[in-house]
Amino acid sequence: MARFGMAIDTAKCVGCMDCVAACMTENDVPDGFCRDWITEEVRGTFPDTRMEIRSERCNHCDKPPCVYCCPTGASHVQKFGGLVQIDSRLCIGCKACLASCPYDARFIHPEGYADKCTFCVHRVENGLDPACVAVCPTHCMVFGDLDDPNSEIRKRIESRKHHVLLSDAGTRPRIHFLT
Amino acid sequence: MVELTTTRANPMIDPAMHVWGWEIPVYLFLGGLVAGMMVIAGYFLFSGRHRNTNCACHVLPGLGLVLLSVGMFALFLDLEHKPFFWRLYTTFKFQSPMSWGAWILVLVYPALLANFLLRVPSVLRIFVPSLAELSDNLVRRAHFVKWVGAMNMLLGGLLGVYTGILLSSLGARPLWSSALLGPLFLVSGMSAAAAFVHMIARNRDERELLAKADNGFLVSELILIALFLIGLLTAGRVQMDAAGLFLGGPYTAVFWIFVVGLGVVVPLFIQLLAVNHKIVHTPVAPILVLIGGILLRFVIVYAGQLSGWSPA
Repeated sequence: MARFGMAIDTAKCVGCMDCVAACMTENDVPDGFCRDWITEEVRGTFPDTRMEIRSERCNHCDKPPCVYCCPTGASHVQKFGGLVQIDSRLCIGCKACLASCPYDARFIHPEGYADKCTFCVHRVENGLDPACVAVCPTHCMVFGDLDDPNSEIRKRIESRKHHVLLSDAGTRPRIHFLT
Repeated sequence: MVELTTTRANPMIDPAMHVWGWEIPVYLFLGGLVAGMMVIAGYFLFSGRHRNTNCACHVLPGLGLVLLSVGMFALFLDLEHKPFFWRLYTTFKFQSPMSWGAWILVLVYPALLANFLLRVPSVLRIFVPSLAELSDNLVRRAHFVKWVGAMNMLLGGLLGVYTGILLSSLGARPLWSSALLGPLFLVSGMSAAAAFVHMIARNRDERELLAKADNGFLVSELILIALFLIGLLTAGRVQMDAAGLFLGGPYTAVFWIFVVGLGVVVPLFIQLLAVNHKIVHTPVAPILVLIGGILLRFVIVYAGQLSGWSPA
């Protein structure tokens, strides 16, 4: 069984927000909300500073607190690719999953259920990349099976320095940022 | 130095998470208060005190049913997908404290109802004679009465602990990631219930007993608050930052003055004087305890949402 994840090359990402626009269009994300976003992180003290631009979204964690806290099973781990998904027909809108996510990746859809990035599972099931990956003009994102040693994503991660977000939170996120 | 700039601006999430408003603290307070009432009423049944005609325990089950329903209604108001509320009861999720809570409440209602039936109000006895007959029948069965008392104590304890565990299971909010929130909310609920019964009790012995018990709960609450803060301050960076919300941060004044000072220390002082017969019992201390109890939930729920994980 595949374990899908993403590698994002922060040396290539220019923060153009094409990924954000593609996601909104592909997934019909309502106005005023976003499933992915751009973060700029500046570290150090002038003049010794370093900036990292990242395209961020739900990390589809291996240990997803949002799934553990959900009282109805609406938040669940999908067998296909081990992706963290939400069944809106089961969601009661209690917002425990929003509070449990250290990345604040979820929001409440105007129709009342919790919503977030699905890694465009409807595209992936048909052999396509997620919309954000497909449109990226700098090709900084790679999507694939983290458990396949021959996959492009594994090769990139193994050949480069990389980090995940908030590793101390213990959720084992699946998006790796190459530095 | 780390400076983060994000394009994300999702409602309820940015710039700081604020998913829960007044409904959740009210629900947690009423849940805790009813939990305490169940333990006290259960103890009165178990120890045979219910035989006193003016025992406060006769009022508690009916009142508990009403207050718990008000709390549940507040919880319902908080839900964003209300028509799907019933989905809580189509499954049981072992790892989800909210699922545990939903099913505990299914058991709490019959326990409260059984306790209520042991002494139905006189108005109901007149208008529904069959209920009066059932009540008289039940109260004669000593084993049943004890069993109802024991179940009320057990389920009350579970309900009280659950109100704290609900938050402490959400590790993404460092202020809440303490197992002490369960006992703290249980003791606070017990204290609020003891204060409430102290206020309404017509029996002098009961009033004395509840005031003494409340003093014990208030001292325990102070110890648990101290341990809670020590636990945060001796943990990691994000937990220390979370403790800072009460130690110089935006919730410092309301926490120390209203929750700890006026909600615990001052009523404890007043009730210590009252139980030692230096002053008479008045509703002042119980009212302060009740206000302190609800403010504790507001402060913990609101401040917890301000705490979070950030890059080192």
